[in-house]
Amino acid sequence: MSPETSSMNSDVILKVEHLSMKFGGLMAINDLSFDVRRGDITALIGPNGAGKTTVFNCITGFYKPTMGMLTMTQKSGQQYLLERLPDFEITKTAKVARTFQNIRLFSGLTVLENLLVAQHNKLMKASGYTVLGLVGIGPYKAEAQNAIEIARHWLEMADLVDRADDPAGDLPYGAQRRLEIARAMCTGPELLCLDEPAAGLNPRESAALNALLRNIRKETGTSLLLIEHDMSVVMEISDHVVVLEYGQKISDGTPDEVKNDPKVIAAYLGVEDEEVEEVISVVEGLQGGAN
Amino acid sequence: MAETTISTVKPEGNLVQRGLKEGLFAGAISLGLFVLFVGLKTDQNMQNELILVPRWGLLAIFVIVAAVGRFLSIVFLQPWLAARKAAKAEEVKAVTEEEGFFRKHFNKIAIAALVLYPPIVLSLVGVQGSLKFVDNFGIQILIYVMLAWGLNIVVGLAGLLDLGYVAFYAVGAYSYALLSMHFGLSFWVLLPVAGILAALWGVILGFPVLRLRGDYLAIVTLAFGEIIRLVLINWTEVTKGTFGISGIQKATLFGIKFDASPEGFARMFGLPMSSAYYKIFLFYLILALCLLTAYVTIRLRRMPIGRAWEALREDEIACRSLGINTVTTKLTAFATGAMFGGFAGSFFAARQGFVSPESFVFLESAVILAIVVLGGMGSLVGIAVAAVVMVGGTELLREMQFLKMIFGPDFTPELYRMLIFGLAMVIVMIFKPRGFVGSREPTAFLKERRAISGSFTKEGHG
Repeated sequence: MSPETSSMNSDVILKVEHLSMKFGGLMAINDLSFDVRRGDITALIGPNGAGKTTVFNCITGFYKPTMGMLTMTQKSGQQYLLERLPDFEITKTAKVARTFQNIRLFSGLTVLENLLVAQHNKLMKASGYTVLGLVGIGPYKAEAQNAIEIARHWLEMADLVDRADDPAGDLPYGAQRRLEIARAMCTGPELLCLDEPAAGLNPRESAALNALLRNIRKETGTSLLLIEHDMSVVMEISDHVVVLEYGQKISDGTPDEVKNDPKVIAAYLGVEDEEVEEVISVVEGLQGGAN
Repeated sequence: MAETTISTVKPEGNLVQRGLKEGLFAGAISLGLFVLFVGLKTDQNMQNELILVPRWGLLAIFVIVAAVGRFLSIVFLQPWLAARKAAKAEEVKAVTEEEGFFRKHFNKIAIAALVLYPPIVLSLVGVQGSLKFVDNFGIQILIYVMLAWGLNIVVGLAGLLDLGYVAFYAVGAYSYALLSMHFGLSFWVLLPVAGILAALWGVILGFPVLRLRGDYLAIVTLAFGEIIRLVLINWTEVTKGTFGISGIQKATLFGIKFDASPEGFARMFGLPMSSAYYKIFLFYLILALCLLTAYVTIRLRRMPIGRAWEALREDEIACRSLGINTVTTKLTAFATGAMFGGFAGSFFAARQGFVSPESFVFLESAVILAIVVLGGMGSLVGIAVAAVVMVGGTELLREMQFLKMIFGPDFTPELYRMLIFGLAMVIVMIFKPRGFVGSREPTAFLKERRAISGSFTKEGHG
């Protein structure tokens, strides 16, 4: 955890309490509780099938959780219970944006148009819900220009200005990932949820992504919650790591703490349940020896 | 270098030689193939005995066709195709330069041509002669242009497959017919009312189908169209059932009626009485309605709602993740599309003076949808061209009476309408799978406006 963030992250932006999600007889998430602190980059990691994406879908309203409470606290102090809001309201009013594991861009729209669609609600209001804008009254024209400037800003951040007028489906994979993040940022979120942003990226693209995420936090103060498999990304940029296995939290702390947690090592190396104790004792022995 | 000169000098002699050889070869093969199938036929004679009937003449025709066909294909067709391919590859650069002027001003040229169409027709064929061209070709095509542009909002932009669009057309037509009959309101009052009522029905249809996608949505909209038609047939107290409503009030030009009365249009301007003037007035009216539709569609595409429609077509889940209320977005698409259908419907009623459920059968929905798909979903110009081809084409078939001289007096070209229609659609879909205009114009740009190839846009799935 870097020193300047630790001083400001005293308050919690998203509080997940006793979250459970059941699909038929399968308990995908079982009584999960964790906090996302304001201004932090929080990583949610775990083996495949641990329930990470399900947690995301609960937070962003794509699933209604079976049980539990998700409290979003905005900078203004306004609080929202995310499990009670319909999915589009979570982005619109609670200001939680997300990206998808399998990129979901509007491939037939240009890169710029993708970013303008993300500013829909603001522009809708400026155009008097279309009616005034259609006859040319009201602030729509100015607001539309402003929206293009915001889009240009995010395109510069994501290093995509040169491709602004190309169809989004024509971009290479890494650029599509960055565009999806830029698009989510155009909704003006306070919490940005990224589902495996580094999946399928080569090391150079991965480094560019890290830089983009750091810039986003530095410039807007947006808190980030990300699911990631790529440990180099997780350990390099996150301030706080939550580890899931079989829908339950097995570890929670700074990257260093988590890295050395015997339970996490066991989960990732895949040992039998009976052997967990053994692994723990071995790791503790090693740590004792090192000290 | 040496090789190329050889190959350019040689062909003539070489090609004919090769053609002869391959032609003979093809003839020999077909002889071998057909000698038993075609050359000999088993038959029964008077004594019920099986006999062989030789058909050497027919066999000779088969063999000659194969041999000559192969020869012609080698000597003429293949070099021609190759030359065309090479020419095409070279042309690519030149074409973009040449098309500039016409392309750039296509819209203005087209609108000017449409505005000048009635006077030109009048001067060419006289007042009575113009009736057919203005009414059958002009108005008929423009009604379909307007309907297709209305449906384009739902299908082309929002990607919601609607097979019951004709229902809104019917709602508009009956709204005008009934309200003008019972309350004596004028066309100009009822035009917006019919649009609003159709939009209302669009929302009513929209609600139950919000959760449906793709095939399921198509089926429900199809059923909706049929429900409206069946209600019109069976609710006889109000709609007079299959008899339809006749004697519907005509539209007026600032209160001037188009009839034989002293205040009528013809008398007023000292013109001989003719129904052609009313038709010309109607032509300009539907042209204005079409232009309104186009203007609103173009404006809407640059508004957040229009972008949301297109985004909805591309990916609904991503839309929701960006805070777009997909429910209201879909409903506005249905309502806006239906509204234009309603306008067109009330115009239709005013033009015909008669409405009956027969005019609103499923085939109409299918034709309108076919125009949208053929034109290129989302493209106004493409759709207008498709409407001219489809509707104008069928009207043209009616005019082809000279075909009777070739195929005999019983030949009625209209009956082959559907056959030609289907064939044309298949051919267009093979060569232009995205419709006449497959590319998409972006609604905003940072540096330069570039059309987006149809291969990136999606057709929508819900």
